[in-house]
Amino acid sequence: MTPVAPTPGVVIETSGLAKQYRGTLAVDGLDLQVPRGSVFGFLGPNGSGKTTTIRMLMGLIEPTAGSARVLGRPMPRSSRSVLPKVGALIEGPALYGFLSGQDNLIRYDAADPTADPRTRKARVGSALDRVGLTAAAGKKAKAYSLGMKQRLGLASALLQPRELLVLDEPTNGLDPQGMREIRALVRELADDGTTVFLSSHLLDEIEQVCTHAAVMARGRLITQGPVAELSAGTRGRLEVTTPDPVETVRVLAAHGVTDLVTDPHTAQVTGELPAEPPDLAELNAALVAAGVRVRGFGLRRASLEDAFVALTGEGFDVAG
Amino acid sequence: MSRAETTAGPGLHDGDPGHRPGEPVRERAPAPPASRTPRAAWSLGLFGSELLIVFRRARTLALLGVLAGVPVLVGIAVRIETRGGHSVGGDGGGGPAFLEQISNNGLFLAFASLAATLPFFLPMAIGVVAGDSVAGEASTGTLRYLLVAPAGRTRLLLAKYASVLTFCVAATLVVVLSAVVVGFSLFPVGDVTLLSGNTVSLSDGILRGLLIALLVASSLIGLAALGLFISTLTDSGIGAMAATVGLLITVQIINNIPQLHALQPYLFPHYWLSFADVMRAPVIWTGILKNLALQFLYAAVFGSAAWARFTTRDVTA
Repeated sequence: MTPVAPTPGVVIETSGLAKQYRGTLAVDGLDLQVPRGSVFGFLGPNGSGKTTTIRMLMGLIEPTAGSARVLGRPMPRSSRSVLPKVGALIEGPALYGFLSGQDNLIRYDAADPTADPRTRKARVGSALDRVGLTAAAGKKAKAYSLGMKQRLGLASALLQPRELLVLDEPTNGLDPQGMREIRALVRELADDGTTVFLSSHLLDEIEQVCTHAAVMARGRLITQGPVAELSAGTRGRLEVTTPDPVETVRVLAAHGVTDLVTDPHTAQVTGELPAEPPDLAELNAALVAAGVRVRGFGLRRASLEDAFVALTGEGFDVAG
Repeated sequence: MSRAETTAGPGLHDGDPGHRPGEPVRERAPAPPASRTPRAAWSLGLFGSELLIVFRRARTLALLGVLAGVPVLVGIAVRIETRGGHSVGGDGGGGPAFLEQISNNGLFLAFASLAATLPFFLPMAIGVVAGDSVAGEASTGTLRYLLVAPAGRTRLLLAKYASVLTFCVAATLVVVLSAVVVGFSLFPVGDVTLLSGNTVSLSDGILRGLLIALLVASSLIGLAALGLFISTLTDSGIGAMAATVGLLITVQIINNIPQLHALQPYLFPHYWLSFADVMRAPVIWTGILKNLALQFLYAAVFGSAAWARFTTRDVTA
């Protein structure tokens, strides 16, 4: 196999990556490109091949076909030089229950050939601090809650300054406050220049933190690119909240708005703006001038979920 | 090697080391390749970490506790039996070797305890620790984090095997030390009468005792490798432990069926009790050497098999 030269500015690059388990293709011909410095959302329903892909990228399983490069070097061949620069949380945390949180991190740090034992204590301390576990550092890991375990797993990914962080479902098991903290942490790390590769089946999570995203379904890559571009594919809808729906529909239709739908429950009229959209302020003024009482008026931005449904033409269910 | 390092190229990261106050200095990034070379001593660090994992587990301490209890039981039993001046197993039959000499010399409790634990207790403890070594980490998922650290599969396996061998030595020493403490406190101690009838000084006897401990620990090398290999086959720690111990029992049974004598020289426990030959003057080395050769053969075969399996397997747990 002659590996293709690495594309500059790309930290993860796969070509034709595939993995077959007992006859079924878990991952099928994946061509992924993760730009350096991005927060990359890796999106797909449960069972779509996200974790299998991550395991191949981390050298845990051998691809059936295709190749993968991480930080410009082929995987799994270059594991020893690549992985010290990569922090990973794969399929949830895994801990030694009979060791304290701190000793768990010391154990993982001792497994890293490039880790300096002299700075181990300090690095473990600052990783614990970063995920807010300092107070529980001496507690046995089996007494940790799921959220605390998740945080400890994240801490192990942060033992060293990393070029790339691979986080598989990092907010799993966290309460809303914890989720918010993780998102803040991810943004902070990205600001430091770390590329963050974040897998999730939660669309709004990806939408809130990611600059780029890829969507997988049934082992295949459906699309990838900047988040703004992905959701731009579907245009937003105009949304008017009013007690006078009939008049509203008439005025909007006169201004070229199509696909008008009235929802009596929410008292909302929604519609598709024309290709050359009129000034929204004037549209609102026209409604008021026609005697329509407007409670709410605005453009609902297309969400990633709209984009996903538009791309796959299906819901976001577990793949059979 | 260094070409790809430099092609990491201009990027957000390299331009901005982004130190945060209070964060340790970024010693590796964007670093020249030299500073990324793994430290020479890190394999020892991983081995030390393995030892901690083995010996801080409550199960390990329980196993060692059971092993320490065997000499206590044997010692007390012999003490009670011989209180009225009787000798143990007066007819000269039954029971582990060396049993009848204990009441004359406490040092023999160490030999008797080793002879009593070597067929099952000791190897069972080894089977548990060796069987759990890789499979246990796989079943808790910690294996994947060790591998992405990256511990390196070959090095991790070597560190695991080294820690199992250390446990073999520790388990043997626990039996010996417990037996020496119990034997010296319950029985008279003095010159040692060997199996061949000659008498040697106590210090000579103790040296022979240490050699025996070493030989017993070495007798477990083969089983340790076998357990390690079984451990790489599965993601279930319990399964690997049970399989290893089950195999040990099966082999011990086969080793005691006379009709299967053709097979027996190839079974790892076949020469285990050869350590008794150290208690002769001159020492008869034939059985001892056969035992060591067989153990190293097992270690080579199953160690290679474990390596072949572990370095190529998909880690999906």
